[in-house]
Amino acid sequence: MGQLASALVTMILGVLACAAYFYGSNALLDWLFPGKNRPAEQIARNLRIANRIRPWLFVGPAVLVLTFYLFYPVIDSFILSFHGRTGEEFVGLSNYQWLLGSDEFYESFRNNMLWLIVVPTAATFFGLVIASMTDRIWWGNIAKSLIFMPMAISFIGASVIWKFIYDYRSGDDPQIGLLNALVVFFGGEPQAWITIPFWNNFFLMVILVWIQTGFAMVILSAALRGIPDETIEAAVLDGANGVQIFFKIMVPQIWGTIAVVWTTITILVLKVFDIVLAMTNGQWGTQVLANQMFDWMFRGGGDFGRGAVIAIVIMVLVVPIMVWNIKRANAEMEGR
Amino acid sequence: MVTSKKGSALTLVMHASVLFLVILWTIPTAGLFISSIRDKDQLSVSGWWTALSTSEQRLVERALDPTHQQFEEGRWVIKGNLMGNSDGEVVRFGVSSLQPEAHAVGEVVDRKGKQIQVFANGDYTISSDEEMSGRRGDRIFFTAEIPPRFTLDNYREVLSSEGLGQSFINSLTVTIPATIIPILIAAFAAYALAWMKFPGRALLIAGVVGLLVVPLQMSLIPLLKTYNLVGEFFGVGSKTYVGIWLAHTGFGLPLAVYLLRNYIAGLPGEIIESARVDGASDFDIFRKIILPLSFPALASFAIFQFLWVWNDLLVAMVFLGNNEEHLVLTGRLRELLGSRGGNWEILTASAFITIIVPLCVFFGLQRYLVRGLLAGSVK
Repeated sequence: MGQLASALVTMILGVLACAAYFYGSNALLDWLFPGKNRPAEQIARNLRIANRIRPWLFVGPAVLVLTFYLFYPVIDSFILSFHGRTGEEFVGLSNYQWLLGSDEFYESFRNNMLWLIVVPTAATFFGLVIASMTDRIWWGNIAKSLIFMPMAISFIGASVIWKFIYDYRSGDDPQIGLLNALVVFFGGEPQAWITIPFWNNFFLMVILVWIQTGFAMVILSAALRGIPDETIEAAVLDGANGVQIFFKIMVPQIWGTIAVVWTTITILVLKVFDIVLAMTNGQWGTQVLANQMFDWMFRGGGDFGRGAVIAIVIMVLVVPIMVWNIKRANAEMEGR
Repeated sequence: MVTSKKGSALTLVMHASVLFLVILWTIPTAGLFISSIRDKDQLSVSGWWTALSTSEQRLVERALDPTHQQFEEGRWVIKGNLMGNSDGEVVRFGVSSLQPEAHAVGEVVDRKGKQIQVFANGDYTISSDEEMSGRRGDRIFFTAEIPPRFTLDNYREVLSSEGLGQSFINSLTVTIPATIIPILIAAFAAYALAWMKFPGRALLIAGVVGLLVVPLQMSLIPLLKTYNLVGEFFGVGSKTYVGIWLAHTGFGLPLAVYLLRNYIAGLPGEIIESARVDGASDFDIFRKIILPLSFPALASFAIFQFLWVWNDLLVAMVFLGNNEEHLVLTGRLRELLGSRGGNWEILTASAFITIIVPLCVFFGLQRYLVRGLLAGSVK
């Protein structure tokens, strides 16, 4: 209880400090360059100066935090990737050489590519199918809510949930994992699913698909509702059937949204870490880049250079999406 | 007529398939919850889907030792009960480990001059013509049918002895400030980026959009290095709550600024212009007009950030560490997964404790969450 009390106090202090900064800095600006009770000329000059400074008071903290926590680290990671274990001695390209010669890297890279192909595709597909079906039944909202629910569950919580499903008992002991129980029920042999090389990757991917389908569904469902009724009605009058309407009318109309969902999940997949750490910690051929990087950060006291190199690989994979996002945002702002 | 018939068949298929998908999506969580309230002996021998049926367990108990024997009707007798306090029914029993199910209840079995009898309710009698000797009682093997038992013992255990209670407090300590601080900072920045004119504004917006997708992994090593230096300088170590609050603030800020800027830019300009004409300063406009109007967007982001921070494992492990008194729920769960891998009663109860808060937030505030998602990605 003592901790919670002191946490609450620090919490309130932190928030107050934040509020005090904004309030205080604005008050200070108004005091230095008063906009009232002065000769008109001076007021105009004061207002001009204050108006030039004030935006920076508003964006200042955000810019500082973003620079320190995201912008500077990107550059520093890049520099660190040319340095040794402790990040002090310059080693040139040797980290990159190590990376390209390391089997573990190829394994992680291959697995990441598998994740990249399977998870966004599956989540978007299921999301689209569920969205189009739930929009047409009366209990659709309840159904959506339940499918959306895994979104709120942490990756590590989801890992426990699914590890329980994949649980394996050797011999004749009754299986308490759902999957093996089903396999036994249908007369198959129980398996230790997460140790089967290559295929175990897919058992891990199922977890992320389970979590992300709800996200895809919510966004695609909103997009589907945005399609004007007339379009659908016209297609019905022309004699199109349900499947044709879905693939030839609805899907093309929401193509842009599908792309957004796809890229959002793609970025998430590139960073997938918790699931692999909790399920296998990269054993049995399931290593991925983010987990490998975490491993190198702390393995044997930590190797910052090699960790940074792996981070750079993840970053490079994200860059195309980043460029596309910025272009899209710019186009939108011009359109506004 | 034909169309309506075809339509209803199609509708039926649709209902069935949605039902199937919903079950598929909820069963994993349901299984976790049901398992977490089952008796731990039952949990380890039968699947959670059998939770409502009686389970058959093979057990072994040691009978009372000969000091408890009494002389009754010309024989020496030891009486007792195998089931203790739990209810259930004994169906078979045996006196050797090789044949644990050799005898039906009620049967009288000879063993080394003693007659052993076990009844369905667990009562047993061991009798002998001569006075029994030895220090230990006989072992009796039996198969019992135990009715379903639900209990909160698992929760009691993890909250006290596994340290989940402490971790719960730690998670709250991390999450609440890490949710509120970025909102404050982002709201001011978003207003400036939406309604104030200054050089470099477009560049800043593009920068925020770009940082939106920068992987966390890029920041970890440089920040860890800096934190080590700063911690050394102040003599407080690198793992502090303030450190993780600020880290989460930094990582959540791009989305916060982006979401809020989009929302605030969409507010009607006439209100802001007329307030300016009336002589209100930007600070007043922000405080009295923008903040109340952007409540839905603030709530959306708050939910996102809360879920993200509460569910985060990576940032907590790097910036708060793994020591006992700082471990957050996700970190604790990960540790239990390693140390108590086979004890599903511990894991399921712990997992449920870690997901219960986000689930409540989710079901309570789903409206805002959906709105935020739509604003964050469709626009």
